[in-house]
Amino acid sequence: MSDSCCATTSKTADRCSAEGNVMLLACSGGSNVGQLANQVCVELTQEGFGKMYCLAGIGGELSGFVRSAQDVTQVVVLDGCEVGCAKAIFQKAGVPLRGHLVLTELGIAKNKDFNLKRDELDKVKTAARQASRGQS
Amino acid sequence: MVIKVLGPGCPKCRQTEEVVRQAVSESGVLAQVENVSGVMEISSYGVFGTPAVVIDGQVKSVGKVPGKKDVLTWLGK
Repeated sequence: MSDSCCATTSKTADRCSAEGNVMLLACSGGSNVGQLANQVCVELTQEGFGKMYCLAGIGGELSGFVRSAQDVTQVVVLDGCEVGCAKAIFQKAGVPLRGHLVLTELGIAKNKDFNLKRDELDKVKTAARQASRGQS
Repeated sequence: MVIKVLGPGCPKCRQTEEVVRQAVSESGVLAQVENVSGVMEISSYGVFGTPAVVIDGQVKSVGKVPGKKDVLTWLGK
């Protein structure tokens, strides 16, 4: 979204800025890796790296969400595991997949322990930042 | 046909509205062009950024100034 001027949050809608326009999406699934993906998107948004967005809206094929995912310049899509629910949602909605990461492929084991580990969060955040590079 | 240009009033939003109005005028299509600047209403479309163009409830473009050719295509011309 190189010539986008504004993001639609109450904080930024009254001014124009191209900063922090990386779209961040997480599968937010029911395992540690799904929730790691979710928390990484929250933290990167809080740090101003990008903006977390609603994967459910794309899954529901709502035109504003699908079109936004198609038109955005930089996107990072985080799937917790190789099941690839986020990837499947993109395919179903006809949105080309870019900046896709699978957390288990980063060496993080999938389990049901929801006490997220700081070192794993940091590892995924670094990988997410790298995944956004080279897109324009 | 109702065309909404979503944007809080920044230069690119105004440019988008201008492109849309030119395309409507050239096409001869009967369309009502509205500017939507309220944050809540913009948010209701779920768009990631502005400017955005909505035609009869369908979001056609997000985060960029569309080309007149694109708008004419959306108008069926």
